[in-house]
Amino acid sequence: MLTGVRGLSSSSGPRVCIVGGGPAGFYTAQQLLKARQDAAVDIYERLPVPFGLVRFGVAPDHPEVKNVINTFTQTAQHERCSFHGNVNVGKDVTIDELRQAYHAVVLSYGAEGNRSMGIPGEDLPGVFSAKDFVGWYNGLPSNKELHPDLSFETAVILGQGNVALDVARILLAPVEMLKETDITQNALEALAGSKVRRVLIVGRRGPLQIACTIKELREMVNLPNTRADMLPADFEGIAEALKDLPRPRKRLTELMMKAVKEGGDDKAEKCWGLRFFRSPVEVLAGADEKRAAGIRLALNKLEGSGESVRAEVTGQLEDVDCGLIISSIGYKSIPIDPAVPFDPRRAIVPNEMGRVQDTAGLYCSGWVKRGPTGVIATTMNDSFDTARVLIQDMEAGKLDLSVNKPGAQAITALLQTRGVRMVLFSQWEKINAEEEKRGKSLGKAREKLLDVDEMLKIRNVFISIFF
Amino acid sequence: MAASAAVRSAVSLTQRVVRVSPDCSICPLYRLNACTGPTDGFTAPNRRLRTSIGVCQSEDSSSPEEDKRQHLAPREKVNVVFIDRSGQRIPVEARVGDNALHLAHKHGIELEGACEASLACSTCHVYVSSEHYEKLPEPEEREDDMLDMAPMLQENSRLSCQIVLTPELDGMELTLPKVTRNFYVDGHVPKPH
Repeated sequence: MLTGVRGLSSSSGPRVCIVGGGPAGFYTAQQLLKARQDAAVDIYERLPVPFGLVRFGVAPDHPEVKNVINTFTQTAQHERCSFHGNVNVGKDVTIDELRQAYHAVVLSYGAEGNRSMGIPGEDLPGVFSAKDFVGWYNGLPSNKELHPDLSFETAVILGQGNVALDVARILLAPVEMLKETDITQNALEALAGSKVRRVLIVGRRGPLQIACTIKELREMVNLPNTRADMLPADFEGIAEALKDLPRPRKRLTELMMKAVKEGGDDKAEKCWGLRFFRSPVEVLAGADEKRAAGIRLALNKLEGSGESVRAEVTGQLEDVDCGLIISSIGYKSIPIDPAVPFDPRRAIVPNEMGRVQDTAGLYCSGWVKRGPTGVIATTMNDSFDTARVLIQDMEAGKLDLSVNKPGAQAITALLQTRGVRMVLFSQWEKINAEEEKRGKSLGKAREKLLDVDEMLKIRNVFISIFF
Repeated sequence: MAASAAVRSAVSLTQRVVRVSPDCSICPLYRLNACTGPTDGFTAPNRRLRTSIGVCQSEDSSSPEEDKRQHLAPREKVNVVFIDRSGQRIPVEARVGDNALHLAHKHGIELEGACEASLACSTCHVYVSSEHYEKLPEPEEREDDMLDMAPMLQENSRLSCQIVLTPELDGMELTLPKVTRNFYVDGHVPKPH
């Protein structure tokens, strides 16, 4: 039986369990291990493979953002840390069982759901959540059968955050830009045959409220063989407001204004545009009533100012013909265990600085703590904060470290009796090597395995060779 | 236990991080008898930084021994002071051509470099002492774009992975921003909309 690799046989140090093997989980682990030389940290992850949205969310043409995987790998290989993949917390093992086995449990399981638009026609074929679309081109096993139909000229994306811009860029990027990345082969082939030529990225409010960051917008502006198609009317009054804006907002707005003015190469085959002051109210079906053929948008006006600018309906409507609709209005956390308090309105675990409300010994970090916004650096800072709070509690005696806790030993024994096939980090490394090997033969950075069973098969081969 | 370790070393990976013990003989702290002992494994002195312009120099390039080995004239010393998040001053002796983020890692300064110097994050954000800020070359657009995302951005903010030491930067002070999370100066927390 493979147990976690551990140089520590003493049971006197704190044992901490982290639920979720993405950036929040790894950064929390990193800080804990650094702050306490006697701490042992175990990470439990539902998928056989680690790294969460760094693997499944970051766009294939942003490989530098994924460099952080090297840091996480170092953490996982630390002698006082062990990674356990293919363990579904809430189903294979409960939070209460984890709390019994560990001095502290940190929830870092992110946001696997998505906010729905809540409009008629949302379930028609041709409408996807950005979460699923991104999961499809990034090889998330549960999205491998998505088969989006890319035979329509116009795609409409609701939402104007970085995820929306990633989707737009992937839809319009020349295949040359993608073919050496880790995008899945089936997505690459679908995009190579795509008829999508025009992508509109629609937001409820105005240019000064756009949620994306300048890097992503600049990538759209610089996209080869595309031109920007903006509505100058959407930008009334914006030039005057520029001087009072803080630097990041100012630079972002200036770039948008430049795109409005310059537009780009008229001969360009493809175009993209931002559309403001518009909210989706209905997905319109085609004549056959069988799939989406358009979207009805309500025109808004802005009320209020500064932070509290709100969109209010004017009563005017606008219909846009399109065959692909992607809603990118936010990810959403879900409750995974009834023993954990959950705020359904904000879709987070209620907490005070990372300490879960009314539940001693339970903490949270990352999106499940603060909501699903921010880049890796934001999650990093947040996870460091939670780790600090946990360490403080240890040192203040709020967690009883005098009690010996069995940690992974007890949990892995329990999982074994339940027939759960855990994947250890060394086994992920085997899966990793296989993906890189397959990628090499296709001229790509890697070819991700799309099937949990296939991942487990590789793990089994690994076990049988060495044991 | 031993079997797992053997198994791990048998698996070949293209990892950019090499987890080996640091080569103490090249470290200025060791040579100056200022070493406080092995690090906790996280400052990874042998981590190679893949910068946006190519692979960063290895730490060997920053020692007089290495210069001699390569028959180079010894590179000029540059004194830099890091001021960490608790306000502690950490003076460091470096050389012309050294990368500031790499230098920080070598000396155990708590500066993350999540994207490994490829201008895809803002975790290596520092404040540069004003008289030296002027002497740095203008940031390229990509650095400005990433700086825009750093909390507590100031006029003298730079990404340390883009700072390469020159003789005029002798005496430069690099301060780590105290604040680690995004919040507004007045404590306001934006409501989700």
